[in-house]
Amino acid sequence: MSATGEIALAGRVFRLSLIYGALVTLGALFSLPVLWMISSSLHRLPDVFAQPYRWLPEVWQWENYVRAVTILLVGRFFLNTMVITFPVMAATVLSSALVAYGFARFRFPGRDVLFSLCLGTMMLPGQVTMIPLYILFARLGWVDTYLPLIVPALFGSPFYIFLLRQFFMTIPRDSEEAALIDGASRLRIWWSIILPQARPALATVLIFTFIGTWNDFFGPLLYINSPEKATLTLGLNLMKTQVLGSGVVEWNVLMAASLLVLLPNAILFFLAQRHFISGISMGAGK
Amino acid sequence: MKEETKQGWLFVSPWVIGFVLLTAGPMLYSLYLSFTASSLLSPPQWVGVENYRRMFADPIFYRSLSNTAYYAFLGVPLGMLLSLLLALLLNAPVIGLGIFRTLFFLPSVTNTVAMSILWLWLLNPEFGLINTALAAVGIDGPLWLQDEAWSKPALVLMSLWTVGGQMIITLAALQGVPKELTEAASLDGAGAVKRFWAITLPMISPALLFNLIMGLVGALQVFTQAFVMTGGVQPGSEGGPNQSTLFIVLYIYKKAFQEYDMGYASALSWALFVIIVLCTWAAWRFARSRVHYEGGAT
Repeated sequence: MSATGEIALAGRVFRLSLIYGALVTLGALFSLPVLWMISSSLHRLPDVFAQPYRWLPEVWQWENYVRAVTILLVGRFFLNTMVITFPVMAATVLSSALVAYGFARFRFPGRDVLFSLCLGTMMLPGQVTMIPLYILFARLGWVDTYLPLIVPALFGSPFYIFLLRQFFMTIPRDSEEAALIDGASRLRIWWSIILPQARPALATVLIFTFIGTWNDFFGPLLYINSPEKATLTLGLNLMKTQVLGSGVVEWNVLMAASLLVLLPNAILFFLAQRHFISGISMGAGK
Repeated sequence: MKEETKQGWLFVSPWVIGFVLLTAGPMLYSLYLSFTASSLLSPPQWVGVENYRRMFADPIFYRSLSNTAYYAFLGVPLGMLLSLLLALLLNAPVIGLGIFRTLFFLPSVTNTVAMSILWLWLLNPEFGLINTALAAVGIDGPLWLQDEAWSKPALVLMSLWTVGGQMIITLAALQGVPKELTEAASLDGAGAVKRFWAITLPMISPALLFNLIMGLVGALQVFTQAFVMTGGVQPGSEGGPNQSTLFIVLYIYKKAFQEYDMGYASALSWALFVIIVLCTWAAWRFARSRVHYEGGAT
């Protein structure tokens, strides 16, 4: 091997080790908080304050999880969150897909203006509408019910409308036209021809809606007052307030509960990684 | 009316109705409210520009503005730099990238409340992982959230943990850079640094602009972390030591939903709206001449 070849090889090895070094360091920094969370959640309470901290618990206190589950279930937080999340998912995906089909397949005066308006509202900060909406829902007697959190989902969501419209545009029109000639209604075509072909895009919408609703804090904070109606995020915040109030913070139980709350996100992510990636890239690609 | 027109409007009508009832109507109404004295119980009373006059004389409003600006102008550039670094590393031809991509991305799909509680513990001055680690290398860590000088940097640090979404966008852009371009430049003798500045950066600039604008819009509306992490036991105590984490949305929330001062809160939210529009416009103007769009369109 020539001298220049050796230098080039040494350079490549150096570059690779630099890249790996950076990846491993950053990877450790990104994963340490979660490892510490898991570790804390399995300690006995005095052990989480031990100096120096032992990463592996002396006594594996699985009971923390029993207590966390008990609090989350007895407080109905888990159930309440599902009662909101599933209707919101169904309403969002159906209404957004209807509107998206309208924008994708029909030519009518005003369509392009409407579509730009729809895209424009994506950037709108929620604060300019939240006070009137609160007053509106209060007048309707909807405060401390789940209606303010569910009903708006019936009107479609701009980002998902955009995402689904882009997807619908890529579906060939042949089978639609054949069905039209056979006398099928547009609604029927939407339901039995378009939606089945759009399953990947619909799945992306469902996943993002699930994550968004499951994790929502601001909405429940505004509208839900009764502790027995609280969602997981409200319940978790309530738990934090209670333990802070009692003087000794049970970090081990708090960490167990927090882990349980974010578990569905993590599981969903591992099951549907490509939907996350495509949804995010889609948002940026417009 | 043509059949297609009728049907088209029918299909888009859910969004149109929602836009009128839940977006445009409320926007106009909040603009009206901002010129009134209004609580939930009594009907709004017209007070002209009084709320805006009060706002410009309100030291807490300025405090919340400077807190928000601090958080956005420190956090957004740092987040962009970190996500660019991560994306560049993940774009290198090495083995095991999938694992690292997952590690970097996963924190960004967590639940903000759960994450806030985790970071409350991480940032615990006495027993938290961060100060324990700092102590191990001989640094006496700050009080973080309990110190008005460190509470905002603490939240910025936490925000860096969730740059995964931006990283994915930047990575997608990097993978879209044609190999022929970099190879041609390489043959012409351009080094790695030169290639990055002359080819890669311009090619991914639309993605960076997108991240910049979305990052700014998000950071200007920061709320949940501050609410969960810097509040005490009593409602109303949110906002950290000496109101150092009283961000503008938190201030609006307190005015509207703890004090029911709806008129003033509406004026504050319109101020925030104008600020967001101006920042977006400024970022776009700044970037327009520098961002390269394939095909020459600007």
